[in-house]
Amino acid sequence: MKDKVVEATVRALQRAETSLPDWVLQRIEEAAARESHPLARHHLQFMLENVAVATAKGLPLCQDTGLAVFHVQMGRELILDFSLSEAIAEGVRIATRVIPLRPNAVHPQTRQNSEDNTGTGMPDIILDYVDGRGLKLTAFPKGAGSENMSLVGMLNPADDPFDFIVKSVAKRAANACPPLFLGIGLGGSFDLAARLAKRALLNMPGESQEELQLLERINSLGIGPMGLGGDTTALGIKIEKAFCHTASLPVAINFQCWANRSATEVIQ
Amino acid sequence: MTEYHLRTPLSGADVEMLVAGDVVFLSGSLFTARDKAHALTRRVGSPVSLEGAALYHCGPLILGDRVLSAGPTTSGRMARYTDEILGLGVRAIIGKGGLPGEPFQNRAVYLAYPGGCGAAAAQQLRVLGVHLPELGMAESLWVFEARDFGPMIVAVDAHGKDLYQEVRRSAQELETH
Repeated sequence: MKDKVVEATVRALQRAETSLPDWVLQRIEEAAARESHPLARHHLQFMLENVAVATAKGLPLCQDTGLAVFHVQMGRELILDFSLSEAIAEGVRIATRVIPLRPNAVHPQTRQNSEDNTGTGMPDIILDYVDGRGLKLTAFPKGAGSENMSLVGMLNPADDPFDFIVKSVAKRAANACPPLFLGIGLGGSFDLAARLAKRALLNMPGESQEELQLLERINSLGIGPMGLGGDTTALGIKIEKAFCHTASLPVAINFQCWANRSATEVIQ
Repeated sequence: MTEYHLRTPLSGADVEMLVAGDVVFLSGSLFTARDKAHALTRRVGSPVSLEGAALYHCGPLILGDRVLSAGPTTSGRMARYTDEILGLGVRAIIGKGGLPGEPFQNRAVYLAYPGGCGAAAAQQLRVLGVHLPELGMAESLWVFEARDFGPMIVAVDAHGKDLYQEVRRSAQELETH
């Protein structure tokens, strides 16, 4: 079983780094067809060409092959006689050599690079228990350009969280490789809001009335692909909520660039 | 909006001619530099001459001497070094997300390469050499040979025009009205 987890990790990373999920490609294609600014349309088309080159040649579509983030859904009946995080870390080390991946993980102070994309606290594994005895593993390599623009705001309950989101996106979008996918964590506590925002990205696509209205408001800003103007600033928004303290209103925004990479492997 | 195919090193006249919104393709040598190479250059000077150079904010993925993926990184992190780097003779900074325009006036341009397009960029680049390899793959100063590297947009020109700032300003005005 441990070998299966290691192999699934390598396979998921390989696919995530060299292609995009169909629904992501579809959103970019639809945006390119709709976009009225010529420069913005060229950018969207160039992004699609880049994915085609990466997939055809088996190359990472972005040189920032990301930080090792994984979502694991584990069957409650499954009993593991090994460390899940160690097995996934082993898969990350192998993937770094064979795909290959750029070594990105460094100590936060010495900035010493581990050269294998693992280290204390890395990979980051978000674990859920589900019915059954299977294991579903999603690789979600997270690039720094968009992650660096992410933030948590501890708002006053009298504030409008959507104003905060739109203002933050207007200020930060250009650095995060738009068109963006935005994971929003609304409520909870300081850290729960951030985790909800990451889960929102994992759980995309968002289709509620509230999400679509926010998407429209952000696209009306005209920031456009790469921040150089256009109709397409965001391609998707998902909001995850939790109850919060009556005195609090935490809002987290997890930015994701247009290259919204993920791939899932299922182990029976 | 004019399309230019230029060769490095770039002259003052090359820079003078470019206007924000123009499209540029570059051939010739490019130097990569990001956080650590900039910090080191401030402390001990640049290991290469940057007269007329195009400096690429990029931490590439390299295998042996092959460029596998090499799109731009966020330039904003290097903003604190812009003035002194341009003072070394750099005529074009290539990146994504933009830089404050003031230091570029009358001497250099900022060229935006589409972010996230590392595989496409790699098809236009070849490794000529590497300096500061002790900084690691992403942070080393790589010397690339570029063949029609682009499309890049002149986002900040030498005449005081900054496309990012215009877009950001208009977005903020929309939000306050």
